[in-house]
Amino acid sequence: MTGTQPADSAETTARPELLRVEGITKAYPGVVANSDVSFTIREGEVHALLGENGAGKSTMVKMIFGLVRPDSGRMTLRGKPYAPAKPAEARRLGVGMVFQHFSLFEALNVAENVALGMENPPPMRELAARIRAVSEEYGLPLDPARMVGDLSAGERQRVEIIRCLLQDPKLLIMDEPTSVLTPQEVEILFKTLRQLSREGTAILYISHKLEEIRSLCDTATILRRGRVVATCTPRDRTAREMAELMVGSSLQPPERSRGEKGPVALGVSDLSVASPIPFGTSLKAVSFTVARGEVLGIAGVAGNGQDELLLALSGELKSDADRVRIDSHAAGHLGPSERRKAGLVAAPEDRYGHAAAPDMSLVENALLSGAVRKGLTRAGFIDWAATKAFAEEIITAYDVRTPGPDVAARALSGGNLQKFLMGRELMQGASVIVINQPTWGVDAAAAAAIRQSILDRAAEGAAVVVISQDLDELLEVADSFAVLNEGRLTRPRSTDGLTMEEIGLMMGGAHGMEVAHHAEA
Amino acid sequence: MLRLEKRPTPSRFWLYATPVVAVVLTMIVGGILFALMGKNPFEVIRTIFWDPVFGEFAFYLRGQLLVKAGPLILIAIGLALGFRAGIWNIGAEGQYIMGAVVGASVGLAVFPTDNRLIFPVMVLAGAFGGWAWAMIPAILKTRFNTNEILVSLMLVYVAQTILAKAATGFLKNPEGMGFPGSRNFSSYPAAANPELIAGSGLHWGGVTALVTAVLAYILLSRHIAGYQIKLAGQAPRAARFHGVSPTRLVMLCMGLSGALAGLAGLFEVTGPAGQISIDFNTGYGFTAIIVAFLGRLNPLGIVLAGFLMALTYVGGEMASTNLGLPAAAIQVFQGMLLFFLLAVDVLTNYRFRLGAGAASAGAK
Repeated sequence: MTGTQPADSAETTARPELLRVEGITKAYPGVVANSDVSFTIREGEVHALLGENGAGKSTMVKMIFGLVRPDSGRMTLRGKPYAPAKPAEARRLGVGMVFQHFSLFEALNVAENVALGMENPPPMRELAARIRAVSEEYGLPLDPARMVGDLSAGERQRVEIIRCLLQDPKLLIMDEPTSVLTPQEVEILFKTLRQLSREGTAILYISHKLEEIRSLCDTATILRRGRVVATCTPRDRTAREMAELMVGSSLQPPERSRGEKGPVALGVSDLSVASPIPFGTSLKAVSFTVARGEVLGIAGVAGNGQDELLLALSGELKSDADRVRIDSHAAGHLGPSERRKAGLVAAPEDRYGHAAAPDMSLVENALLSGAVRKGLTRAGFIDWAATKAFAEEIITAYDVRTPGPDVAARALSGGNLQKFLMGRELMQGASVIVINQPTWGVDAAAAAAIRQSILDRAAEGAAVVVISQDLDELLEVADSFAVLNEGRLTRPRSTDGLTMEEIGLMMGGAHGMEVAHHAEA
Repeated sequence: MLRLEKRPTPSRFWLYATPVVAVVLTMIVGGILFALMGKNPFEVIRTIFWDPVFGEFAFYLRGQLLVKAGPLILIAIGLALGFRAGIWNIGAEGQYIMGAVVGASVGLAVFPTDNRLIFPVMVLAGAFGGWAWAMIPAILKTRFNTNEILVSLMLVYVAQTILAKAATGFLKNPEGMGFPGSRNFSSYPAAANPELIAGSGLHWGGVTALVTAVLAYILLSRHIAGYQIKLAGQAPRAARFHGVSPTRLVMLCMGLSGALAGLAGLFEVTGPAGQISIDFNTGYGFTAIIVAFLGRLNPLGIVLAGFLMALTYVGGEMASTNLGLPAAAIQVFQGMLLFFLLAVDVLTNYRFRLGAGAASAGAK
């Protein structure tokens, strides 16, 4: 199944042209998202759109899907001019899209969610039967009667895919589809995509995961700063070559100097907390310890208790005093400020509204979590000069691209804000650092810098917990490794000699989906 | 096609221009309303906005402005702190009444004792009355997750009933020939809140309002509690991450706004009103909501807005006595001000774009 026939690429070029994009330019105030972008997708081709965050991938596909209009340039679909004014029009012409962030209602069932996306939904019973038929045909089993709130991230994605497939698309756009999947689920998805491709459906696949693109895609268009810098056949290139095309410079893998492990700085024992989030995952008897100088990586598919674990460690969710110990002091009953004082800093995943207040300036956001440890208040009064100095220090140290510290956080690009927020926590000299998704939406160079500073803090003697869905990232920085699955944490083990397969099994395999494709295997 | 587009950063210009534009629009639409009622719109607008400050009776009306602005400013500042934090105390009117009733009860309980401490103790009792009345929605919200808008609003009507009971029952003037209403504080100097400078309209309430405005400004701009209030309003999850306890914040904001409304009630009953009467409350607690927004929820802006609103009160009364305009028309006029303010306010965070462009719909 994974082996590709050598004739494949020759066959690809022979296929008729489906979508041609010519000289597309789109500018937003202050940034040019796409500049003179041209490429061609053929029928049945799996075409990768590759680039760092901010390279213009999302804007490009939004234009193809009719969410955004180009300033200039033109597109043709099967030789006819194509300029969708809204997604409904794109859908009618055979273009479907699966978003990175799902637009599903958790309190409704699968069939109801699918019906909501249709203009003239058929009767429920008929729709359910069609959902079942399509899901079986493509090896994506899905029960139309289940509540979306009870589904795993991978299953929710299937709802989105099936919603598209019901429209019988000629072009399926997938935006970073694997970021929420276990390795086994990725394999299932790829089988489905290959089947679609064989049947003549073209797939525009957006990702920055190079190995995936090498195994799946026929052609790759590489974007950098809104321009096409290369078009290549991914199988003929190494991941490193493509990464360098994407970034425009050579990449340095982070250096790690494994220091001596010190005494235990963070101890969590038998921690069970109910989730405050609707349809969230409660933590069930989570136990682990992290020593000074150690990085514990916690993997898991999104929605398995990562957010709750962060809340329980940051102090936003309290527990019995002894459940969480910071430097052997009981801290489970303490709130966020007191935990910071005790030496623990935390960085939540969601930048807009949780880790940062989007409408506040960077200076005010520096105060948000820096007030206690950086001594930015005196008898309750804020030392704005010192706060501004702290913000400027972060901006310099983490190369945050901003006109200045007084701009609103939401004016920064996601990656730049992430750098600022990572800097804010990492520069506080804390003894315990907990980070959820340190490099979410950050470009490769900045991600490398963030990982490097995580390793540096550990080398200086901090105990670090990194929660991430990016397994490569975890293997790069972590000394020990554990998986969160449905609110339970596996026993942490050393990352030495850990294989992807073992990780996948720790992550719960493919959630009972191993047999999905066996009929055709 | 006209459409709205979110600005990358809030517009500073519109933040300050909004109140001005809203006032102008209110004058225009209000003028049309007055014209439809058969009045000369220019004369009405002049009577409301010009005469109280520069007209024939300005020497008296200017003092009235301060008398009206004082309680509005005091209440609006308290409300603004809550509104900033996303806590919607709509029942300041009730807290204002309860402050007056509790404070007056303390003073009248010791009548006719003469002691310099009586008035300060009454002030504290007034603040306590308002605070305690605001604690009811606060506790119900934090304990049972009730909606503070509804509870605080409904408690206004309870407070009005208590006020009526006080005026006709437990606070009724025993020497009042059976008429409803308490003893008049102007005849009880130890408990009275007289004009501090004759003819200025300034009494302790006005002084308190101005001092509170300065303190609130410092709280919001320099103190961590003010920062937490703003943070909780803008990004509640970020506030919890920072370490703000939502329960404590609700208690703080409801308590503060209740206490300030109670103070306003106490200063009013011991000063300009003079006594607890059935119709003692004149809607300051509700009008203060408009003042708070008109002042951009900023204490210094509220001082200006308080005077502007006082102008519509004083000028409105002039218009109704001199030009025969019904009082309801003036209330519509005041309501219009809030309406236009909120409508124009959209421009602070959004801008208009012409033509059909990128649809803002979509999953991302």
